[in-house]
Amino acid sequence: MNGADAILRMLEAEGVEVMFGLPGGAILPLYDAMARGTTVRHVLARHEQGAGHMAEGYARASGRVGVAIATSGPGATNLVTPIADAWMDSTPLVCITGQVRSHLIGTDAFQECDITGITIPIVKHSWLVQDVEELPHTLKAAFHVARTGRCGPVLVDVPRDVQEAELEFVPPDTVSLPGWKPPRRGHARQIAAAAQAVAAAERPILYVGGGTLNAHATDELLALAERGRLPVVTTLMAKSAFPESHELHAGWPGMHGPKWSNWALNKADLIVAVGARFDDRVTGKLSAFAPGATVVHLDVDAAEISKIRHADIPVVGPLKSVLAELARVLEPSPERTEPWLRQIADWREQFPLRYRRDGERLKPQRVLESLQELTAGRDDVVWTTGVGQHQMWAMQYIECDRPRTFISSGGLGTMGYGIPAAIGAKAARPDATVICVDGDGCFQMTQQELATAVLEELPIVVVIVNNGYLGMVRQWQDMFFDERFSQIHLTQTVPDYALLARAYGALGFTAENEQELEDALAEAVASGRTCVVDARVDPREHCFPMIPAGAAALDVIEFPAEDPVNA
Amino acid sequence: MKHTLSVLVENRPGALMRVASLFARRGFNIDSLAVGPTERHDVSRITLRVDCEHTSLEQIEKQMHKLVNVLRVQELAPGESVERELALLKVAAPASKRSELMALADVFGAQVADLGPDSIVFQLVGTPEEIDSFEELVRPHGLQELGRTGRLGLSRAARSGARAQTVLV
Repeated sequence: MNGADAILRMLEAEGVEVMFGLPGGAILPLYDAMARGTTVRHVLARHEQGAGHMAEGYARASGRVGVAIATSGPGATNLVTPIADAWMDSTPLVCITGQVRSHLIGTDAFQECDITGITIPIVKHSWLVQDVEELPHTLKAAFHVARTGRCGPVLVDVPRDVQEAELEFVPPDTVSLPGWKPPRRGHARQIAAAAQAVAAAERPILYVGGGTLNAHATDELLALAERGRLPVVTTLMAKSAFPESHELHAGWPGMHGPKWSNWALNKADLIVAVGARFDDRVTGKLSAFAPGATVVHLDVDAAEISKIRHADIPVVGPLKSVLAELARVLEPSPERTEPWLRQIADWREQFPLRYRRDGERLKPQRVLESLQELTAGRDDVVWTTGVGQHQMWAMQYIECDRPRTFISSGGLGTMGYGIPAAIGAKAARPDATVICVDGDGCFQMTQQELATAVLEELPIVVVIVNNGYLGMVRQWQDMFFDERFSQIHLTQTVPDYALLARAYGALGFTAENEQELEDALAEAVASGRTCVVDARVDPREHCFPMIPAGAAALDVIEFPAEDPVNA
Repeated sequence: MKHTLSVLVENRPGALMRVASLFARRGFNIDSLAVGPTERHDVSRITLRVDCEHTSLEQIEKQMHKLVNVLRVQELAPGESVERELALLKVAAPASKRSELMALADVFGAQVADLGPDSIVFQLVGTPEEIDSFEELVRPHGLQELGRTGRLGLSRAARSGARAQTVLV
């Protein structure tokens, strides 16, 4: 057996179902080993960035580790964006890259690049494997590091001669990583203190982040919220971690969250942060963020405690057990939070999402409303998005009740994430309908993966909220740069997205009004094939509400009364 | 405010780079950095002098703990540790000045590492402050070259007795 075979045997031993990649010179031995046989399915991407985002989408939809494979040099550098994305959003990812032969390392050989060096700031750890005997243990360690503690990406760089070298393969039983010791349980006294603070609060709120999904702790979260009658806001990364039709769900905080959600978070007297990191998109101006709140911070990563906002009661540990224990020791006073819940419900009535429903043009918000109406009540739909206005509208209008059904690029804000992530999600959930809500700008960054969706029989529905602009940039130029529009016009007609879809062997639809939209969406979702629905929408629409960057979260701009642009 | 950190890392390629990269990325300033072997062949010690507020020191320590190659991070508090540095100083030393320089060296316990017709290379081991003073005093004589290792530190013997029991991670 050679090193390449050993890599595959280790992937099989780790229970990997599918890997996403693209071959090239330095990774040839691994692809040759695939041709000799493996139980792991390989999905051939059209670009390594696509492979990386597919692995992320797979990881987020399945709760397992995603695997991406690329060759050396440009193959490896094309993985840098997905690695950075996985780093920011704590997505468990194992990237395996080919490297030039050991004796060529450092000589500027063809397709050589120092990918372990390049990725040091954006991986949990990385390995350049120099001895084939180390390969099995290194692979085992890679999976272990990616999924334990705070999840994230790791990279294993394997020179071509190491892949080709023979070894006596013995699968390792254990991982020896003396420096890697993620916390195993939360401190009981700290959890007790947190329970007391929750019981004593008049206006408590659970501020839930993506760590809750990574920790597989959504059942424990629901149990805690119900036991304490605690309202729950979920960040973009945590969307679907708590059932959104539940009476205790209080929406989504942050820059484009509804006013009532931001008020609930900012006027609380106790914030319990659960696997959340007080991102600037959530807090707005930090000094004005939730000024009256005591903070309980539950996180598996000690470095997040008091990094941004001081934690009065920190609990470091795996959220699944920490939340279960907190619910167990919590002694809630009956009815204590009811006035607060009524207050939030009042704000919800008072500040609904609104948009301008005038004119002939199809409204972008209407596209999301139609999608929500079409899929309401279904528990087999998984959503992915690109980044921009369409993403924020998807957050606002799509209702997710089941965990891991909303997959989006949060921290890095990676345009083009949606299509490949949808393909990865489809690989994880073959029976689900996977819908990518995309923008026209995002679509054009990773559209080539439509070929992957069609040929690998991983059908996805891509709905382009096509306003012909880099819409979020347009919104900022409009609102904050005195309407000086600069380099944002993409046009709604070039390319013709429906025609392009057909060129890839997918179904293509164009919709200019509500009727065409609803017909197209219904046909697309029912088709079971890869589809692109080009929804040509009113480009003047801005995404509201909005907390301008650096403004206080309570000073959210609403449509239309306080709308500075369209008033 | 300046702090000295003693960091034990696995003796593996890239370990120092990961630590250094973390400081660069998080915007922490390193005053000095010394790295070398320890009593265990598979473990290296990095001694860092960093300039930061106390809150960000806590961040630095926590971020370093997340690195897979990092085994232990310890702050060396001034009263509870010994810190030393090695300096080599090449000083212009015409015959007329030699006795004066030798007398100075004697006061500081500096040794002559090398002697040439026109200059002397002194070696001095001491606290960083002692080396600062010696440097200041020989500078008027013509300091031609200077090399300092950066500080090394260990917790005091009284403490390490107890610590010897603790297994290294």
